[in-house]
Amino acid sequence: MTSRKDKPIKERLYYSLYRIRRVEEEIARIYPTDKIKSPVHLSIGQEAISVGVCEALRADDIVFGTYRGHALYLAKGGDLKRMIAELYGKITGCAKGKGGSMHMVDITKGVMGTSAIVASTIPESVGYAYAMKYQKKDSIIASFFGDGAVEEGVFHESLNFAALKRLPVIFVCENNLYAIHTHQRKRQAVPDICKRVAPYGIPVERIEGNDVLRLYDRMSVIVESTRRGETGPYFLECMTYRLREHVGPNEDFHLGYRTREEAKPWVQTDQVKRIGEMLEASQKEKIEQKVETEIMEAFAFAEKSPFPDASELYTDVFKED
Amino acid sequence: MIHNITYVDAIREAIDQEMDRDPSVILFGLDVDDPKAILGTTGGLAMKYGSERVFGTPLSEDAMTGAAIGMSLAGLRPIHVHIRMDFILLVMNQLFNMAAKSRYMSGGQVSVPIVVRSIIGKSWGQGAQHSQSLYSLLMHVPGLKVVVPSTPYDAKGCLSRAIRDDNPVMYVEHRLLYYQNGEVPTEPYMVNPGKARITVSGSDITLVGISYMQIECQRAQRYLEDVGVSAEVIDPIWLSPLDIDTIVASVRKTGRLCVVDNGWMTCGASAEIITQVMEKIQGTGDLRVRRMGFAPVTCPPSPTLETLFYPNGRTIASAAYEMVKGGTSDWLPQEREDLKEIEFKGPF
Repeated sequence: MTSRKDKPIKERLYYSLYRIRRVEEEIARIYPTDKIKSPVHLSIGQEAISVGVCEALRADDIVFGTYRGHALYLAKGGDLKRMIAELYGKITGCAKGKGGSMHMVDITKGVMGTSAIVASTIPESVGYAYAMKYQKKDSIIASFFGDGAVEEGVFHESLNFAALKRLPVIFVCENNLYAIHTHQRKRQAVPDICKRVAPYGIPVERIEGNDVLRLYDRMSVIVESTRRGETGPYFLECMTYRLREHVGPNEDFHLGYRTREEAKPWVQTDQVKRIGEMLEASQKEKIEQKVETEIMEAFAFAEKSPFPDASELYTDVFKED
Repeated sequence: MIHNITYVDAIREAIDQEMDRDPSVILFGLDVDDPKAILGTTGGLAMKYGSERVFGTPLSEDAMTGAAIGMSLAGLRPIHVHIRMDFILLVMNQLFNMAAKSRYMSGGQVSVPIVVRSIIGKSWGQGAQHSQSLYSLLMHVPGLKVVVPSTPYDAKGCLSRAIRDDNPVMYVEHRLLYYQNGEVPTEPYMVNPGKARITVSGSDITLVGISYMQIECQRAQRYLEDVGVSAEVIDPIWLSPLDIDTIVASVRKTGRLCVVDNGWMTCGASAEIITQVMEKIQGTGDLRVRRMGFAPVTCPPSPTLETLFYPNGRTIASAAYEMVKGGTSDWLPQEREDLKEIEFKGPF
């Protein structure tokens, strides 16, 4: 990378990483007041994966994700004000208060949907990719899911179909080692996920250590070959770590299913801190100030927005002709 | 122009015309492009429209349903076919959690224009897992439309309409209806959601027959006619949205309602229809209601048991006779050979 290109991307990465981290810290801070009317699955610790992938995507590329979807929504450009309003259950929310934290969506930014049912957006991603190919559009799809999703049958069905039709979809497995409180080694006979995906005829690659720069670099290459229709589907296993509890605003080391010791290396290599330290102090401060202002405005927007009118209960069930 | 065609050809014609009209319509499912072409309903379409638009899928019903939803989010109008309705149990997560809810939980940002075709089996020992009518499950969840056409006319008009609908439509066929012939316009036309049809007018009792049971109700009506009982027969056509007003108006007139379902009765379409009718007109007179449907057991393949499993024209007539005459009665009509072929001749 040239230094010219190097600097803006690090600024971009830091803006996105820091913004997601701070938004979620603020959600965690506000959460006990009960103003947030939705269970939150925070991405704190895992931001690097959404950011590293989405920074390499185009605005008209599409992402599908999971209930731990705040990071993906923001990294792909989802509207922050509407996100916080959605958490507050307000009519100005991205889903008018009908989706909540687990169903973040902003189709104007290509955030096509997130789901609480593990693995359920993986086939949607594949179908969307089929449509892109059929319509001769060059948008590509990034399909996000966790290490638990690879145990679902539909994951394997989706891989097979994507490979069979050589579809422009990049599977992004965020491996944070745990499905709720159960470690991957208690769930999978062969814990090497890449090894199990490769026989479908899909190129696989593991990104170690939550490394946002490495992920961004690799994605930039993979995205281009996928867009050119050369490779068909691609599978990335991105090693990462969730620092908060499965659901809720707190840490959960006291539960005993994992130790603070285990988390230590992930905290030490925290990507928000890492990328921040690569920037000049003045540049870093400028980004942080911008983000803090955005966050203040977003929460104020959510606070003063109205709740949905009673009539909203019955709208959006069907699209009327 | 009108031509007389089978239910099979009516389905095929609807798909063909919609695919011809709109390149966003695509068709897939296990074996849609094989030599048997889903009992002929997809015959010739793979040749005409190519393998990108018409393709057989891996045995991955769950993922292919999700893929259909994903395609629809990107602007396509997929038709996904299951040769037996029993297989939709493999895709209920995608239908219930995704297709039905995507619009609502996105606050109206997206819609899911998919059609899921499935065929209910009956007879020749279809047995436990090739005979189920699961549409009452589909009626349960808001966000899905459900249609059960019983004539070639409705098969074509409802399918064309389902393909053009911007929402998920569960299009439920019945294997025995595939033999039905009927008059069908050659041009495309729509049979719109939420409108039932009175197939025979009468005054003593209302018979609502769902899917293939529409044919059995029309047989029952003829048996009842022989003994001076005038039955009004209604085909709901669309179960969701359901045209309850047409049924209510009929029951106001007859005072008696027998809903004959092509499925089990508990929590079924028959229970739903009767409840809705009673909620609207209870207390307005001496109303009598009855459900008929599958025996509350697994469908047996042995012919002697299978016959007992299903209502038929004679047992429906017998039940209706009792409802009209009051008390209990042993009357069961002798089978009439001439009622083997029941065809709906219109008017449409």
